[in-house]
Amino acid sequence: MTTAVANSPVTDRALPPGAPDAVVMRFAGDSGDGIQLTGSQFTLSTALAGNDLATFPDFPAEIRAPQGTTFGVSAFQINFGSTSIETAGDIPDVLMAMNPAALKVNLAALRPGGLIIADTGAFDERNLEKAEYASNPLEDSSLAPYQVVALDISRLTLDAVKPLGLSNRDGLRCKAMWALGLALWMFDRDRQPLIDALQAKFGSKSDKLVAANVAALNAGHVYGETAEIGTPLKQVRVAPAEMAPGLYRTVTGGETIALGLVAGSQLAGLPLFLGSYPITPASQILHYLARLKEYDVTTFQAEDEIAAICSAIGASYAGQLGVTTSSGPGVALKGEALGLAIMSELPLVVVNSQRGGPSTGLPTKTEQSDLYQAIYGRNGDAPLVVIASRSPSDCFDAAIEAVRLAVEFMTPVILLTDGYITNAAEPWCIPDLTTHQAFPVEFSTEVPTEGRINPYQRDPQTLKRLWIKPGTPGLTHRIGGIEKGFGTGEISYDAANHQKMTDTRKAKIDGIANFIPEQEVSLGESRGKLAVVGWGSTYGAIQQAVRRVRARGGDVSHIHVRHLWPLPRNLGALLKNYDRILVPELNTGQLKTVLRDQFLVDAQPLNKVSGQPFKIAEIEVAIEQVLATRS
Amino acid sequence: MNVLPQFSPADFASDQEVRWCPGCGDYSILKSVQRTLSQIGARPENTVCISGIGCSSRFPYYVETYGYHTIHGRAPAIATGVKLANPELDVWIVTGDGDGLSIGGNHMLHLLRRNLDCQVLLFNNEIYGLTKGQYSPTSRFGTRSPSTPFGSLDQPLNPCGFALGAGARFVARSYDLAQTKTPEILARAHAHRGTSFVEIYSNCIVFNNAAFEKFAGKKAASDSQLWLETGKPMLFADGAKGLRLDREAMTLEVVAMADQDPKAAGILVHDETNKTIARLLIEMPFGDFPVALGIIYCDPTPAFDGAVTEQNRTVAAGKTRDLNALLRKGDTWSVDAAESSLPVEAEPLQ
Repeated sequence: MTTAVANSPVTDRALPPGAPDAVVMRFAGDSGDGIQLTGSQFTLSTALAGNDLATFPDFPAEIRAPQGTTFGVSAFQINFGSTSIETAGDIPDVLMAMNPAALKVNLAALRPGGLIIADTGAFDERNLEKAEYASNPLEDSSLAPYQVVALDISRLTLDAVKPLGLSNRDGLRCKAMWALGLALWMFDRDRQPLIDALQAKFGSKSDKLVAANVAALNAGHVYGETAEIGTPLKQVRVAPAEMAPGLYRTVTGGETIALGLVAGSQLAGLPLFLGSYPITPASQILHYLARLKEYDVTTFQAEDEIAAICSAIGASYAGQLGVTTSSGPGVALKGEALGLAIMSELPLVVVNSQRGGPSTGLPTKTEQSDLYQAIYGRNGDAPLVVIASRSPSDCFDAAIEAVRLAVEFMTPVILLTDGYITNAAEPWCIPDLTTHQAFPVEFSTEVPTEGRINPYQRDPQTLKRLWIKPGTPGLTHRIGGIEKGFGTGEISYDAANHQKMTDTRKAKIDGIANFIPEQEVSLGESRGKLAVVGWGSTYGAIQQAVRRVRARGGDVSHIHVRHLWPLPRNLGALLKNYDRILVPELNTGQLKTVLRDQFLVDAQPLNKVSGQPFKIAEIEVAIEQVLATRS
Repeated sequence: MNVLPQFSPADFASDQEVRWCPGCGDYSILKSVQRTLSQIGARPENTVCISGIGCSSRFPYYVETYGYHTIHGRAPAIATGVKLANPELDVWIVTGDGDGLSIGGNHMLHLLRRNLDCQVLLFNNEIYGLTKGQYSPTSRFGTRSPSTPFGSLDQPLNPCGFALGAGARFVARSYDLAQTKTPEILARAHAHRGTSFVEIYSNCIVFNNAAFEKFAGKKAASDSQLWLETGKPMLFADGAKGLRLDREAMTLEVVAMADQDPKAAGILVHDETNKTIARLLIEMPFGDFPVALGIIYCDPTPAFDGAVTEQNRTVAAGKTRDLNALLRKGDTWSVDAAESSLPVEAEPLQ
């Protein structure tokens, strides 16, 4: 039994009218429903259709939370369109709700007049009760502001897979695939690439599983084809986006960080050593690199976060590129070892895929609250380099830059990314590595003609010390965490020497400002009424918000900072060209404080710590407010 | 045929002034190690000493090899990265009872179970020296110290027992003044492929003086030391006493030999691959029993670093190293110049 109900008084169109520039679609269901797989398959299809896109996987920390509960809801949002897409979208146009809890959790975000496709088969008394619905929202008038297509997707899926003789339980696991089939029809997509992908993913495990999923997918598609005119179900085509010429693929930040680290190690001419300990949301970098052994990659799953960074330091000491990947709580544990890497002046890349904090915080939700930790979070005067990536595709270049700075200055570099970037996907114009500038490392091998080697002998330009691999004849020496004599590299407790070494370590890191690009303005002019200054994954939302306000004539520019420590050498002067500075951040105001401290500018915060990325509209409103007030 | 060492023990002494307290047991151990390095024909440039924090961890500064004095308890983790990055290096971890078994206990556990090819020299003085005399995880019950003025209330850890429990394949024990025996043990430790765990009792003359006097003192030595040698009967007190297994109770017992033939008296013959007997030897209470010294257990199994290198090699074999190709793997689509500059006609289909 299926019912299709059009009950919206608002509009007869569920989707934006005409050929929409962009559509935001949200799949939501139980964390065991396969929503993330469905979302990633739809993403693949969207990419192959030539749309620009951005995704936002939003799932609970529990692997299989109790079925039907609101806290067990897993969602996947995708924004795709014919124009430049830079965020996963503020407000969904379409919500695919696989059970009452999914509807309950996600309804508030839906655009009034938006389309709800709900599985009536899952709206039984038990599930309604678990989602704390007093009455069935599909049957009362509570969904009146929306368009509702209520289908018994469960039953339709079971019918479709029946010939394969699956149990009810196994059959129902294909229902997200049925919904995907319907979605493919709605946006006029080719099914074949997904069928091929399913074959590739599950074919080796079970032909039956593939057959069942394909049957469900086809059934969903056929349902759309035969749907009666007059229901809110309509087919819509979103035109391909205008994109720069090139070869594309979709990537998540997790993948591009891994690839960028490998590219960086190759450009440096070093084998890569990753010491890591599993932690959400950073583990996928470890998983990805563990498979790339042919690229001179060794991965080591250590016993804890401390051993992870220490093994990476050990590898760097022995002449490889040491890397460790983690998230905030793990980086907290690495603090003392980071000090050792600073003191022994060894290259090291630390990737922090930030999540909601403090403590365990919100493991699967995104936040930018580890900036203080990255810049300041160590005992002693312990400067290092901090950079941030702004999007999944940008992670590739950011990782290469992290490697370059680590080896060219013999220093730890913290690369900040976050849960959003790590999990989100977007199209990536694949770069040609042969055009990248290599930065080959030279190890010291020359034995001094008299006296012994000073391992802390420095390059006069960069102040980096020598990198001597154990195994090199004639250059045996000892290093460690105790202060070193400036001229000898031997233990020194001398007061003046500690002053000099502390000053030198600071000067080395400060001086990196001369070897990084000057700060550019991402959008707008290099002077004016308002600069919106961001860092990391807020890039897309800020860019779009600034673009919208500028389109209405607002005097606002967007500055996005990659190099957070040291800051670009022209940033202070640049910021002083604007009357106002607004700093949107997914924390309580960390970059804002750094900018105030470094440049004595009146940076104003715009903060959000709900575990969710900024909506474009939130930044847009804040910009308008600032522009409306007199300075 | 003897091969003359290329480097003498003196060649392994660095030019740094040794800063342990006069009379510290660590001086003797340093000498033993320098002698060992010379005897085994070690090359300074291929030898790396890695330590944590504590008196014993100052060790790398005094040896003319590569050395890394790291942070408290973490030497095993640093060493793992060093050895995985360059398996050709000969890695010596130098640690103490606090560094290796308290703050770094977790790393020690995992080093031993993984069986990284390296030597662990654990200087056990049963006290925290560098922080001025607090009790350590190997201090005996009731130890009075600045932090336990009325006596410590926790049971001590047996380092060799810990190592055996963690899966160590080489467990040995010696003491600071055993300067003939220690280099022999260290040479065996070096030859062993995998983690060689060597506990060396070291007298802290300032905070825990004479802690080992009852068996390491000159007068007590013969009666209270059982030096194990594989294939030889477990005799001590100049052959006057031996160890026998009570097979009913599964315990060891001391037997007075009185000119008996060891075999006839049922004296155990040391088999260094026997883990069960090793456990009994490690845990026999001193006083009623002698202290077991020498190589207590040695039963090699493939080392971790070798396995990692081998897996890296096998998995990589036959695969191309073309990163540009890797970037282009999977579902890709191309936008050509003509396409990208043209707006695409699009209409809703219904």
